[in-house]
Amino acid sequence: MKKNMNKNYFEVLRPGINSTFQDNGRNNFYHIGIPFSGAMDNRNFILANTISNNEINNPVLEFAYQGPKLKYIGENISINVTGDVNFKIIRKNKNLEFSCYENIILENNDCLDILSTNRSVYGYLSIGGTFEVDYYLNSCSTNTKAKIGANSGEKLQKGQIIYLKNIKKILPKNKIEYLNSKIENIRIIKGPHFDYFSKDAIDSFLSDEFNVTKLSDRMGIRLKGPKISNIKNTNIKSEGLVKGVIQITADGDPIIMLSDHGTIGGYPKIGVVISADYDKLVQIPPGSKIKFKEINLKDAETIFKLYEMETQNLISNFK
Amino acid sequence: MIKNISNLGDAALYCDFGTEVNKEINRNVINYFNNLRDSNFLGITNITPSYNKLVISFDLKLTSFAKLKKQVENLELKKNNNSKNNLIKIPVCCAEEFAPDIKRLQKLLKINEAKIYETFFSKNYYCYMTGFIAGMPFLGDMDKSLFARRLETPRVKVPKNSIGITEQFCNIYTFESPGGWNIIGKTSVDIFDNKKNTEPNLINPGDTISFYPISKLEYEKKYE
Repeated sequence: MKKNMNKNYFEVLRPGINSTFQDNGRNNFYHIGIPFSGAMDNRNFILANTISNNEINNPVLEFAYQGPKLKYIGENISINVTGDVNFKIIRKNKNLEFSCYENIILENNDCLDILSTNRSVYGYLSIGGTFEVDYYLNSCSTNTKAKIGANSGEKLQKGQIIYLKNIKKILPKNKIEYLNSKIENIRIIKGPHFDYFSKDAIDSFLSDEFNVTKLSDRMGIRLKGPKISNIKNTNIKSEGLVKGVIQITADGDPIIMLSDHGTIGGYPKIGVVISADYDKLVQIPPGSKIKFKEINLKDAETIFKLYEMETQNLISNFK
Repeated sequence: MIKNISNLGDAALYCDFGTEVNKEINRNVINYFNNLRDSNFLGITNITPSYNKLVISFDLKLTSFAKLKKQVENLELKKNNNSKNNLIKIPVCCAEEFAPDIKRLQKLLKINEAKIYETFFSKNYYCYMTGFIAGMPFLGDMDKSLFARRLETPRVKVPKNSIGITEQFCNIYTFESPGGWNIIGKTSVDIFDNKKNTEPNLINPGDTISFYPISKLEYEKKYE
């Protein structure tokens, strides 16, 4: 790609494992097979843009496990990283350590090396300004399966240039005090096919531990544990899914649908993860164990209100 | 009509229209889908029609299950709100290399190749739903003589634009993807165009599709 010398940009020295541009995602296209997408961990996405004093739906760079290594060329710019992330800035051959949730100044020729997420999956890079990205159906969120959104629907590639625009004046060195909780108890609501499973299977589903396998990505989390035996039918007529739905495959293994999931599916739905636990769910890395706890709709709605209040408090305390 | 509305988690409605798969039930689903899209009820983020269910997801910050359920129950349906639905003609090339399962089907169905295609092309198909992967239409119903089970072992990669059949349904693979349907041809038309920023998909739920055969030469011309 030709470099435009008048512009501020990042050069991608290492793309990372699964780095994509994301925003709030796209609504109202499930009926043509296009899922929400959007940042997986919504709270950390919101905090990233809050710290950068951006519009709440500004594009961020999401990364998983190992993040990108980026060389910065341009005028001084504020950046921040959210999540539980280990990263450094290499400035004139010196390694500088910083923490997440605070504005950091990046200078010309600095190298930002996002090494890894700690016992979690996703992290976010936001800038005091805007990544120059393409929009598709009202969102820049990259969906690599449908090949749509920013970066022509692809993950970040080695050697590519990311141009920046609307660079802001350097932001005050404010910090949000936030601790990512590592709760591995996930609360669910009964799904429409709860009665497809034997009493023993349901007891086991709600009391045993399940392993998060490596076959987990932005589309879904595959679990291994005790087999959930079906007493009715292992297939249903395909029907709509939403994120958080837990389907039980014909083999008796649970799969949880995440933000890039296929829009319809033909396995029975034993439960749905409550909205308030979704951010925590997506951050559980392969190799961890999770347990499900059933609650009712009313409690789920109350817990969501508390979750929302907590997010709003973090935002207003920062401002 | 809707038999029952329950919650699918805390941020979606699960509308049940029955357990059978037929056009009459699905037309009801699509009618609700079209009416809901015109309704502007606060907070709806997605509406997914399928054979006999309608899933409506919503933003829990803006509305709730109880509120939206009441609105859907009291929705005044404009009858036959299907002005959005079209008849679409899809060209199909049945050259041997595009139809890897035609030999298997001849054996399985005990009908010769010419008759399989004659039967396939003689019918119009109704789009029950689109999805799974972006833009993929689920069409039916096939003539009973062509009901065939899926491949025992699904293919890891089915080429983009392949036409597949299984049981009472046929579909079009809008992207290269894994799949277990019997592949009998390939279309030269992109059913999902990821370059188009408005209405990227050619076929919508409720549309009618007719397939017509084209030669290899005509197929290649489209790609010149």
